[in-house]
Parts: sequence; structure tokens; C-alpha cells
Amino acid sequence: MSVHQPLPHDAAALHVTGRARYIDDIPVPANTLHLAFGLSSVAAGRWTAMDLSAVRAAPGVVAVLTAADLPHANDVSPAPAFHEEMLSSGEVHYLGMPLFLVVAESHLAARRAARLARVSYEERAPVLTIDEALAADWRFEEGPRIWETGDAEAAIAAAPRVVAGRIEIGGQEHFYLEGQAALALPQEGGDMVVHASSQHPTEIQHKVAEALGVPMHAVRVEVRRMGGGFGGKESQGNALAVACAVAARATGRPCKMRYDRDDDMMITGKRHDFRIDYRVGITPEGRILGIVFEQFCRCGWSLDLSLPVADRAMLHADNAYHLPAARIVSHRLRTNTQSATAFRGFGGPQGMLGIERVMDHIAHALGRDPLEVRRLNFYRPAAARAGGPSAPPAPSARPPESISDRMKEPEAEATPDLAWHGAEGGAVPQAAARTPPTVGATDAQTTPYGQPVEDFVLHELVAELARTSDYAARRDAVRAWNAASPILKKGIALTPVKFGISFTLTHLNQAGALVHVYQDGSIHMNHGGTEMGQGLFRKVAQVAAAAFGVDVSAVKITATDTAKVPNTSATAASSGSDLNGMAVKAACEAIRERMAAHLAARHQADPASVVFEGGRVRVAGADYSFAEVAHDAWANRVSLSATGFYRTPKIVWDRIRGRGRPFYYFAYGAAVTEVVIDTLTGENRILRADILHDCGASLNPAIDIGQIEGGYVQGAGWLTTEELVWDAKGRLRTHAPSTYKIPACSDRPRVFNVALWPGENREETIYRSKAVGEPPLMLGISALMALSDAVAACGDGTVYPALDAPATPERVLAAVRRVRGAA
Amino acid sequence: MAETTFLLNGETVTVTGEPPTRTLLDWLRERRGLTGTKEGCNEGDCGACTVIVLDGAGAQRRAAAVNACITFLPQLHGRAVRTVEGIAAPDGRLHPVQQALIDHHGSQCGFCTPGIVASLVAAGLRRDRAFDDVLAGNLCRCTGYAPIVRAAEAVDPAFVPDWIDDVPPEVAPAAFAPETAEALAAWYLANPDATLVAGATDVGLWVTKALRDLPKVAFLNRCADLRRVEEGAEGLRIGAGVTIEELRALMAPRQPSFAELLRRFGSAQVRASATIGGNIANGSPIGDGPPALIALGATLHLRRGEARRTIPLEAFFLDYGRQDRQPGEFVEAVTVPAAAGELRCYKLSKRFDQDISAVCGCFLIRVEDGVVTGARIAFGGMAGIPKRAARVEAALLGRPWTLATVEAALPAFAEDFTPISDMRASAGYRMEAARGMLLRAFHESRGTPVSVLEVAP
Repeated sequence: MSVHQPLPHDAAALHVTGRARYIDDIPVPANTLHLAFGLSSVAAGRWTAMDLSAVRAAPGVVAVLTAADLPHANDVSPAPAFHEEMLSSGEVHYLGMPLFLVVAESHLAARRAARLARVSYEERAPVLTIDEALAADWRFEEGPRIWETGDAEAAIAAAPRVVAGRIEIGGQEHFYLEGQAALALPQEGGDMVVHASSQHPTEIQHKVAEALGVPMHAVRVEVRRMGGGFGGKESQGNALAVACAVAARATGRPCKMRYDRDDDMMITGKRHDFRIDYRVGITPEGRILGIVFEQFCRCGWSLDLSLPVADRAMLHADNAYHLPAARIVSHRLRTNTQSATAFRGFGGPQGMLGIERVMDHIAHALGRDPLEVRRLNFYRPAAARAGGPSAPPAPSARPPESISDRMKEPEAEATPDLAWHGAEGGAVPQAAARTPPTVGATDAQTTPYGQPVEDFVLHELVAELARTSDYAARRDAVRAWNAASPILKKGIALTPVKFGISFTLTHLNQAGALVHVYQDGSIHMNHGGTEMGQGLFRKVAQVAAAAFGVDVSAVKITATDTAKVPNTSATAASSGSDLNGMAVKAACEAIRERMAAHLAARHQADPASVVFEGGRVRVAGADYSFAEVAHDAWANRVSLSATGFYRTPKIVWDRIRGRGRPFYYFAYGAAVTEVVIDTLTGENRILRADILHDCGASLNPAIDIGQIEGGYVQGAGWLTTEELVWDAKGRLRTHAPSTYKIPACSDRPRVFNVALWPGENREETIYRSKAVGEPPLMLGISALMALSDAVAACGDGTVYPALDAPATPERVLAAVRRVRGAA
Repeated sequence: MAETTFLLNGETVTVTGEPPTRTLLDWLRERRGLTGTKEGCNEGDCGACTVIVLDGAGAQRRAAAVNACITFLPQLHGRAVRTVEGIAAPDGRLHPVQQALIDHHGSQCGFCTPGIVASLVAAGLRRDRAFDDVLAGNLCRCTGYAPIVRAAEAVDPAFVPDWIDDVPPEVAPAAFAPETAEALAAWYLANPDATLVAGATDVGLWVTKALRDLPKVAFLNRCADLRRVEEGAEGLRIGAGVTIEELRALMAPRQPSFAELLRRFGSAQVRASATIGGNIANGSPIGDGPPALIALGATLHLRRGEARRTIPLEAFFLDYGRQDRQPGEFVEAVTVPAAAGELRCYKLSKRFDQDISAVCGCFLIRVEDGVVTGARIAFGGMAGIPKRAARVEAALLGRPWTLATVEAALPAFAEDFTPISDMRASAGYRMEAARGMLLRAFHESRGTPVSVLEVAP
């Protein structure tokens, strides 16, 4: 079967030959125009006058548009509750905010002209930092969001020991290699076709329709692929697509816009930076009794996706640990900087880093191995069931919340496929052989937001990783090495990941698909997910091929298209293959059932007895090629086209109260990282990483390992070399790869062992796989904790390193001096 | 508007009617429709635009990966270029590098892939298997590089693509590209307002980022005599047109620590284009060449018309953005004296590879009978110019080479330098790190491991 096979990326052969087309590679009509924004040079205030005469007079300029020239909506916000101007109508919210739009004969002409404006401002002192935003009480929502379980303050007050501290966590630039880009092609009757490098074609369609004052049916958006997204193309492409559409409407000519890299970094949002204060009451062994987190989230100037990002940070404040009493406070602060936006993990990494810091701090305070403290606080092991922790749940194991939900969602809760019970499973059935500790299903501990943790595999997974990575012996070896090395110090850390899978905005957990079988047996597949490099198209094609029992080459992968599948959710929240895989499977099965029914009738057989396998269709002793059956079905007027739809079951969630089941399931993983630091300069290096990660029954192990390796390196980059620096005027000083340093080739761990945890998703996901897009990023937290361990080795154990992120050489050296009492 | 002739994917092309600052990347994509080569940053830092540039033929052939985004068309006069479209065999058979990248899952979003292919194929032509260095200038945001390196290592090192047998065309001299230093000197004397372009790894950004017009330019890469290296009694005289990669090879046997510093200078793409003359003449306070050369006691040879003069290199740097260079005068060569000891170079940056130094410290400390008898210490990133640490040197000279001496010398850094804070480092950290580098030089001289790059997992 095509699923579970390590097939290469669907476009690999196009990638290596340079034939894969990105937006800027699409051949365009000769009269295509090119756009560039003119940007604000101040961070806060109003522009009072804009002299654009030199811009208009510049060579190649066709038109210059300001907010006043926009015929309809001037709003590119993805959040209905917020008006986010594409072009400032007066107020300036950040340095880099678009003020006007240049339409020119070439990309270069547009860029050149955009710099010729003379703009007068009435400047205000910008609010830039967390402290400044707090002082100004400038925030989203009426006040901090607070979720509580138990009485954390009382638990801390009664605790034998209290540990408290603060971690500052920097943001992160996406640095998708292909910058933001869009192309609008005007059609007859005022319609518009838009090609966008976007994770969210429906949102592009929606914003373009509003900007043109037309219904959504007049706009068609197509996305074949992105050169990387990572969350940065969930909402940040809206402005380019709208600008192209408006300019195309104004000029009647095709319009293309791509940000120069510096513009891209100056204009678009990044990962939210956070400050997290913590106070934790613990037992003498280090078990958490009560904890208070105060998360300060710097959202930038517009609302964008900041609320769900901040929510997800709260939802991951526990990571893998049971917090019997917790108070989690979240401040969503506004600043005059780029609007922070989605970035792989979507707040989860920041929240998770908070608790991992707490674990590290507790261990340091108690003089224990941090891994022991982590294990001590782990959620209780997964319930024992036939088939092990990853096996499908018994109906009785459903959480109470889902019962009412179930009545509302009959399709989603369709009769369970009994074939799954006790089935052999996918490619990796070894999980069944593992014997988890026997604990009753009803004993599952709950997260601070009330979701039972029923699939907790980290006890076993971490034990296995500790064994394969030789953690204990290497920890001793590091200690011995450090004793003999006065200048260089090593550190090692193992950190786990438990990441919740589902959009926390529940209605987004839906997907559609459109599948055609042509009379020659070839298959055209379309769905609402977008391809940004993560291998979604390949995985979903494997699903389609499996459904029809054909080779994956029989399935044509096609560009995401709002005219084929409407009302799609962003390809985000790691949900792409979970949602779209299921939708495609449903569409394929609908067609297959029609084909089977037709064939069965001819052979007077039971439709269920028709077998689709190996490109053949067998029924009642007869054996046809799939193409023959397709042709025959067509000739007998059987519809060979179907839509598919899927919505995630079981999830019910109240985000204001912070109660319910936001996640269908959790994805797990763990990493061991070993590092070395130089105590004279703070230079540091990752030496080795060992990872064991849970993808359920992987749809494609090669693609999943690619996500894990890439996610780890991206996460480690976030916490080490990637530093965003704004100056006192609010100007981003790190706006190009010359100053903003993502990991380079030699930064990957020299020894890099990645393995997949053999198991299946206990929930009924697509072929029992698990989502993999975001979770591995947080494996990189082990790198920061290993650096903390190395820094701690420089002191006598009395002072905690309190290493902030990113751990640049400068921060590492400062921490070394701190533990040595020299700060 | 001059004429440039070169071989493009095996075909001779002659470009006319383009401004001399038209970049190869824009020309490939917009004029030739060769969109396989990508624009990722337009400043030579990401490598998505990497192409292969070939010089010479037969045993003399040099194959380099080059950033097309900051390469001007006239620099290609008389050379051969291969883009990703010209790497598979004419019958469509993939180059083994391409096949290996597919087989080892080396592409995800695919946007960096054409540049990675170009870098690896160029390295294959050079028999260069140091893949971390080969790929240091090719950023990938998806894969974490592991599968790319696995692919690179899987390719047969002996493989030679017989279809990439480019012989650069014979070309007539072009007006904007003098063939000798003599011709350059005469032209520049007559056109002192012109911009001299050697590798364009910095000037390229004046055009692609600052959007400057460069009305008058001369391209130096065809001045063969500027690339000459001569070893004489005074030391090694290195022509201004010698690339950083060539300098690295020269230094490897002579000053291994300098060679290691140069390994981390830019990326393979940058080192293949950038020249030592450009690195000096540019006057940047954070160029990595000058601190090492100053510590080595290098002298600079300047030429204006027929007039030549030689000055100590450190005297060239007057103040931030100001050098001791007259209109019409250019850097002709630099002489590195025969070694007076072992130079130790330390480059500090947020990322090890392809990053600009926050601090670059170079130490030439001579110790005889346990006493410091010579000290030349120079830093980049600590002042508006590359600058010697004269007070620190004085605090060491004549004293025993001990930790006590070194520690006693540390306060002198504050007399030598008043560094600034910027996005690369704070002033305080720069000062701490500079002191740390002197301590590192001491500990390293005693055989204590001091480099995190040399620690095995």
C-alpha cells in the first residue's frame, strides 16, 4: 500500500532541476506591472503630508496609490475583530508600515521609486518593549487572560520549597527562502485570479474580494507551492495579494509583487517574543505542588493571530508535566513593531520553554539531574489497554465532554470501524508489544485546562531515548570531561515534547477535497491544504492511491484552488495531513464505492467483496485493470467525481474559561542534546543530538524524519543564533541574512540520530498517523537546556545560570560570569 | 553599455545593451527566462542564486560557486556559467548530485535546492568534499541540512560529468575591464571618480540594496597581473586581485590559524569572488583580512598612475570610512613578511559560518626564553577601523609570558578601544570578548584546548 512508504517529495525532481515554479517563476503577460510599498520611517505617530511627486515622476512608474485611492476595504487583518490597514490612512503603527503603493514597469523601478517619497510625520514616542507596553497598559483584550486549576498560591505557600525566576525568550524571523509574493491577473467581468505564496488561499480570496468590493465567487486563488512558510504565510501575504488585485483593477494589467528580503523582514511579523515569570512550590524531591506563570507576550501593533498564539502558549505551560495547581496569566501586549504572527508551534514553543526552564531551575536548586526531575513530574503513564497506549480507545474511554458534542456531530462520530479493534495496524506494529504500566483509564490526569492526558507515552519513549542515546553514561562523561577542561565546558540535556494537535479555534478543524477519476483510470486530486515543502501533497497522494489500490504515480497532484475546494482553513497547526488526508480519503472512498457497486452488480457480487489492489480490481474471480473499471463505469454513466469532507471529532473548548478539550490528541517526542561552550567568549556549539519522535503510524517516514530534523535545527536556531534586534527608534536592525543568522550547514549537530517511535495514534486519524509539522521544533529546547547545563558547570552550583534566549555567545558569556559571581 | 561574451550552459552568448551593473541573476531570470536560479536575499548571503562559474580549461580549469545576485554581467566576460538548468545531461539524465538529493530527501520546499545543486556540482568539479564549507553559503530553512549532506556524501567522488566540459570563449579586451594593472592605472588616473569592482561582494550590495547608480565602473577581474603572487626576500607579495579563497590556500601552510579564519570568511561563493585588495581598500572596520595582515606586519602597495608607494597596512586606515588613498590611486598588492612567529586569529560572531565578525582578534606574540619579545595585536570590530592594541602590546612586551602578565594587561584594552554597541554585540561584550581572546591566545600557547570547533562529540 502506498501509505507508510518513504516516497520522495512530490516535486523533488522539479526542485533539483530548477523546474519547480514559484510565484516569481510563473510566465506572465508582457504587460505585467510590478509593485513595491513605500514604508514608514518612524514607528509611531501620524504622517501629516506625503509628497509623492518624485515617486510618480520616477522612470517606469505607472501609478502610485495611497489609502485614499483604495476603492473598498483597506483591511488585511485575518482577525475580524481588528482593522489592519494595508496602507496607512494617517496613523503610523510601526517603522516599516506601508504608506503607499508604487505600480511600475519593473520590480527594480518600483523599488527605486518607493524611496523617493517625502513624508512628514507627527511623531510619538513609540511603545517598543514589554516594559513600555505594561507601563502604558497597551494591550489586546481587556486585561490579562487568566486560567486556573486548583489553588496555586496556597499550594506554593504550603510547599516545602519555592523556586522562582524569569526567562526572556526572543522572537524569530521565519526566513522562508522564497519571500512573500503574489500575482493578480484581471479577468473579464471584473473577476480576478490570484496566484499567491500563501498558506491560506481562502483568506486571500476573502481579503481580495473585500478590497475589490466583489463577492468571493469573483476571486479565484491558486497556490501550487511555497518556498517555505512556517506560519509566516498564514496572514502576512494578504497585503501583497490585495495590493496586486487593487492595482490590477486600477490599471487593467496583471500585477506582481514580491518583497525584497529587507522589505519582507521590515514589514512582516515574526514569532512573538515572550517574557515568562514563574514561581513554583515543590516537594524536597522536586515534584511540583503548585505553580504560577505570568506570560508576557509581545504582539506588535496589530491583533493578527496573537490571541490564539497566546492561548497556545498557555495551553503548553504544562508541556509533559502534571501541574496539580496552576495559575497561568497571559498578557497580550501591543507595541509599535511589526505585528507578531504565526510561526511553527504558534505560541506552544514559548509556553513549553517556560516549564522546561522551571524543570531545569528546580533540578539546579536541588542538585539533581534535570531528567530525574522531569520524569518525576511527568503525567501518569497512558492507561493500559489491549494493544498498548497507542491502541484505539475503548468507547468508554471517551472524555465526558465529548458526549454532548457527539450528539451535535453525528457524522464525525460515525460508527467506529470495528476493523481497527485488535487490528495489526500499520507499518510499525511493535508498539503493541510494549507493556505500559497498568493504570486504569479513568486515572488519566488532566491538563490545567481539564483535558485528560490519555495517550501519554513519554515514560516509555524517554526511557528508550535515554537508552539509545546512552544518556546516563554520557552525563558522567561530560562531568569528567569538564573536570579536566578549564576553558571549554560541555553540557547535556534531555527534554520532552507533548504538543496538542488541533486548531484551538474549533471551527477551523475542517477540510474538503475534490477527486476525479478520468475514464483512462488516471486520478486528479485536489484538497484545501497547501504545499510549503512539508510534503503534504505527497502524503495525501499516498492516501488517494491507497484508497484506489493504485500506484501513487496514477494520482495527479494539483495546485490548491479556491474554485475547486472552497472555504478552506489555513494549512497550519500541523493539521494539513490529518484534515486533508481524511477529506481526500472520504472523496476517494465515495468514488470507489460507486465503482465497486457498479462492478458488483455486473458480477452479482457483494460490493464489499470488490478488491482494489496493485492497480487491479478483482471481483468474483474476475480481474480488471483499474483503468478498465474506470472506463466501464464512465460508459455506464457512473459519476467518477466526488467531494470529501472531514471535521475533527471530540473537540470542545471554551477559550475564555480555559476549559475543555481543545486537542484531538497529543504528539510526543524527546531529544538529547550535547553542547560545548567557550568560557572566554561564550561561543558555543551543538555536538550531538539524539531524537525519538512519535508520528503515530507514519504516513511517510522519510518525510516525517525530514520534518523532525528540520524542526529541531529550526528550534535550536531560534534559541541560539537567531536574534532580532530593534533600536531605540523601533527600527529592526536585523533585517537581512547578513545580520539575522539562521542555522547554516555546519550548525547542525555533528552526530544527529533521529528515530520514529513505533506506535499508532490511538485516535482515528488518517491511517493512525500523527501530525508532525510543528512538534519537532520544540525538540530544539534541549539545546538551550544543554547550554544551561554547560554554563552551570562553570560555577559551584549556588547560582542558577538563568540563561535567556537566544543564547548568543554574548548571553552565554554573561551567564558564565553570573554563575561565577563576576556579573 | 558594453559587450560581454561568455558561455551560458554550453552556448556562447554576447550581451549588449545592458547597464554594467545588471546582475547575472536579474539577467538570467528576466531576460533569459532561466528562472531555476532563485532570488532569496539579493545580497549574497543565502545562496539560492548560486551558479557555477568556470575559468580556464583542462588542468587549469577552476570551478567556483558564485552568487548570481551580486555578480555583474561584465565580470563574466570570457568565462563560462552553468545554471541549474544546465547541470543535467543533455539527454535529461540527472547529474548524480541531483539524483542523490532526490534519493536522500534533500529538498523540502525546494527553493534553496537549485543553489545547493550548483554548489555541490561545483565542489565535485573541484574534488572538494568539505561539505560544511562547500554549503556554508547555502541557507536551507527546511531540512536542517542533514539529508543534504547525506546526499552529497553519497555521490561518487570520482564522478566527472562529461557534458560539463565548458571551454570559456576567447574574447577581446573590453573597455570597462582592463587586462593589466598598467592599463588600469592609466584609466583610473583619468577617471578618478570611477568605482573599481573586483569581486563585487560588497559593491554588489550598493546596487542591489542601496539602489545606487554607478555611472562609471571598471572591472578588475581580468587584470592578470593583479592576481600574481611572488615570494621574495621581503616576504610574500600578494596581488590585490587574489581571491580570499586563493589567499586561504596560500596561508594554509604558512599561517594555519589565518587560513582557518579565512575558512570562515563569508562563504565559498563569497571567497571565490572577493579579493584581498577589495577587502582592504573597502576600509571596513569589520573586514577579517586587515586584522590578521596588520598583526603579521603586512605592507600595502598603492599605485596612482606610474607613482607607487608602500605603507604599513595599519597606516592605511585613518578613520571610519576614511583611508589613506588619493583619487586615482588603487591597492596593487600587499606584502606579508616572512613569518615572525605563529599568528593566532579568533573570529567571534553569532554564527560560525558566513557571519560578519562582532570581534576579530589576531595575535602575533613572540616569546623568547619565556619573555615576550614581540607583540603585534590587531582587532576588527573594536573601533571605527581595524586597529592595533598598542597599549595591550606594551603591557606584554618585556614581561614573562604568564597568566599573571596576561591578566595584568587586560585593563589596557580599555585604553586601546572604545567599541560600540550594535546588532552584533554590545560594547561591553565586545570588550569582554577581546580580553577573552588574549586569554585564549595564552591558554592556546600552553596547549590547553580552547576551540569549541575542535571538540569531538
